[in-house]
Amino acid sequence: MSEPRETGIRGAPAAGTGGARGGVRPRPGGLWALAWVRFRRHRMALAGLAVLAAVVGAVVLAPVLTQYDPTVLDPDHSLAGPTPAHLLGTDDLGRDEFARLVYGGRISLLVGTTAMLLGTAIGVTLGSIAGYMGGWIDTAVMRLVDLVLSFPAIFLLLILLNWTAGRAPVIMMVAYLGLFGWTGLARIVRAEYLSLRSREFVEDARAAGAGTLRIVFRHILPNAMGPILVQAAFAVAGAMLAEAALDFLGFGLPPGIPTWGNLMTQAQNYMTSNPMLVIAPGLVVTLTVVAVFFIGDALRDALDVRSR
Amino acid sequence: MSSFVARRIVQAALLLIAVTFVSYGIMNVAPGGPLAVYLHNPQVTPEKIDLLRHQLGLDRPWYVRYVAWLGGLVEGHWGYSYYTGRPVLAMIGERLPATLTLMLGAFALAIGLSFPIGLYAATHKYRWGDNLLSFGSFFAWAMPTFWFGLMLQLLVGVQLRLLPLAGMHEIGLTSAGDLARHLVMPAMVLGLGSIASWSRYLRSSLLDTLNQDYVRTAHAKGLSGRRVLRRHVLRNSLIPIVTLMGLDLPALFSGAVVTESIFGWPGMGRLFLSALNNRDYPLQMAGLMISAALLIAGNLLADLTYAALDPRIRYE
Repeated sequence: MSEPRETGIRGAPAAGTGGARGGVRPRPGGLWALAWVRFRRHRMALAGLAVLAAVVGAVVLAPVLTQYDPTVLDPDHSLAGPTPAHLLGTDDLGRDEFARLVYGGRISLLVGTTAMLLGTAIGVTLGSIAGYMGGWIDTAVMRLVDLVLSFPAIFLLLILLNWTAGRAPVIMMVAYLGLFGWTGLARIVRAEYLSLRSREFVEDARAAGAGTLRIVFRHILPNAMGPILVQAAFAVAGAMLAEAALDFLGFGLPPGIPTWGNLMTQAQNYMTSNPMLVIAPGLVVTLTVVAVFFIGDALRDALDVRSR
Repeated sequence: MSSFVARRIVQAALLLIAVTFVSYGIMNVAPGGPLAVYLHNPQVTPEKIDLLRHQLGLDRPWYVRYVAWLGGLVEGHWGYSYYTGRPVLAMIGERLPATLTLMLGAFALAIGLSFPIGLYAATHKYRWGDNLLSFGSFFAWAMPTFWFGLMLQLLVGVQLRLLPLAGMHEIGLTSAGDLARHLVMPAMVLGLGSIASWSRYLRSSLLDTLNQDYVRTAHAKGLSGRRVLRRHVLRNSLIPIVTLMGLDLPALFSGAVVTESIFGWPGMGRLFLSALNNRDYPLQMAGLMISAALLIAGNLLADLTYAALDPRIRYE
C-alpha cells in the first residue's frame, strides 16, 4: 500500500478549527502515523493484513513454492486427490491444482488491482473536477454517473465482453471493470471537494497564484485521500469478485488462463472426484476478499471517514 | 409531498429515456450491425441486403430510426429473435415467471432470516453471538456467489442428498412441494447478500432506536420488554430496511443471472446468457433494457417509500 506522505487527511491544514497545535505545521507523516495507531486497534484488520501479505507473497513467490507448471498436462495423473507430491491434487487434465492456484492468483490479483486503479483514476479525476468547478460541469458529470448507475453492471459487462471476445482478454476485462467501477468514488470525491474548495487553505493557495490544476490535485487531493483509500480497498474486492463471476458465466477470461474464477468453474463437473478443486480456490478468494473488507473497514475508522 | 413525487417520477422517466438511447447506440455498434445474420447467408445477395436495409429503414438518419424504434418499444414491438425468429417479448414472457419465482423465494427467505438475525444481534450487542453474526456477514459478502452455490450443491445435494441439485421440477412433476424443494438452494444463494445486508442494517437501525428517549419512556411507563420492542422499536427501525429492499430488487435480478446458471433454473438470466452465445442482439438488448428499467424503478420505489415513511426527506 502506497500512502502519500506529506499531508494529513481531512482538515489537517485547517489549524483554526482545533487550535491545539498553535499554528505549528504538523510533522510530515504525523497524521498517517496517527492513522496507523488507530488502524492497529482493529485486530481483524491486522489479521487481514497478514492474510493479504501471505496471499500476495505466495502469488509472487509462485515459482519458489511449486515446481509444477500450471498449464502442463499430465493425463496419467488426472483427478488425483491431495498427496504430498500434489498438495491439492490434480485437475481433470492432470495439472497440479496448487500450482494453478498460486499462478492463477497472479491474474486475479492483477485484474482486481489494475481495474481498481483505472476506476480510481477516472473517479478521482471526474469527481474532483465536478466538485471543484461546480456549475454545468458538475451537473454533466453527476448526470453521467446517474446514467451509468442505471445499467446493472453485469448485463453491460457481459454484452461488451461477448462482443469483444478474443481480443486482448485481460486488458479488455480490466478496461471494462474500470469503466464501470468509478461512479461511487466520483460521487464521494465530488462531495469532499464541495466541502473542501471553500476552505482557507484553498483560498490561500489561490491568493498565492496557484493554478486550478495545482489547487485541485496538489492542495485539495491530499486532503480527500481518506475516503479515496477506503473506497479503493473495497473496489479491489469488488473487481475480483466480478471477474470471478464473469469467468463462471463463461464470458470472463478464456479457460486457458488460470484464474481463481476459472479454476472453480472448471472444477464444478469434478466436485465429487476431487472436491479440493472447487473448495480451495473459493476459500482463497473468500479469505482474500474478507481480508480486504476488514482492512477497508479499519481504514474507514483510522482515517476518520464518515460512514454514510 | 406531491411535488417531491412528481420530481422523482420525471427524473426516473428522463433516465429511462436516456437508457433507451444508450441501448440503441450500443445495439448499433454491435459487431456486424443489425444485418449481421444475413451477411453469412449465401442466398442473400448484396442487392437483397440493400433492399432489406431500405425496408428496415437503416438508410434513414439515426434520429429518425431512434424515434421509430422507441415508438415500437412503447407499442410492444420489441423485435424478433435472430436465433429462433420468435417475438422477443413472447420469449421473455415464457421465462419471466421462473425468474420472478426465484426472486420472490430469495426475497421471502431474506425477510424471514434477516429480521430474527438483526433483532438477535441488536439485543445481544457485542456478545459472542453478535460478533459471530457480524463476522458471518462479512463472509457472506466476500464469498463468490457461484462458489457458495457450488458448495451448497456439494454439501446438501451430493453429500447429504437432501435437496435436488438443479432444475425447477422433476420431470413430470408440477406440485408445489416439488417446486419448493428445488427452490430452496437457489433462493438461498440469491438471497444471501440481502440476508447479510438487511440484518446488518436492521441491527444498527435498532441500536439507534433503542437509544431514543421515547423508548426509555415506554420502558419507564411499565410496558413489557416485548411490547416496547414490537410497538416502539421495531416499527421505527423499519424505514431504512424498506428502502434497502427497493434498492436490492435490481440486485436480485442481476444476481439471478449467476444463480440460474448454477442451478439450471429456466429463467431470464439463462435466456440472456444464451442470447449472448447466439449473437441474438434483439434479445440481448431486451435483457439490458428490462434490467435497467427495473433498476430505475427500484430506486424510485425506494425513494418514494422512504419519503412516505419519513416526512423529513420531502423537504431537503
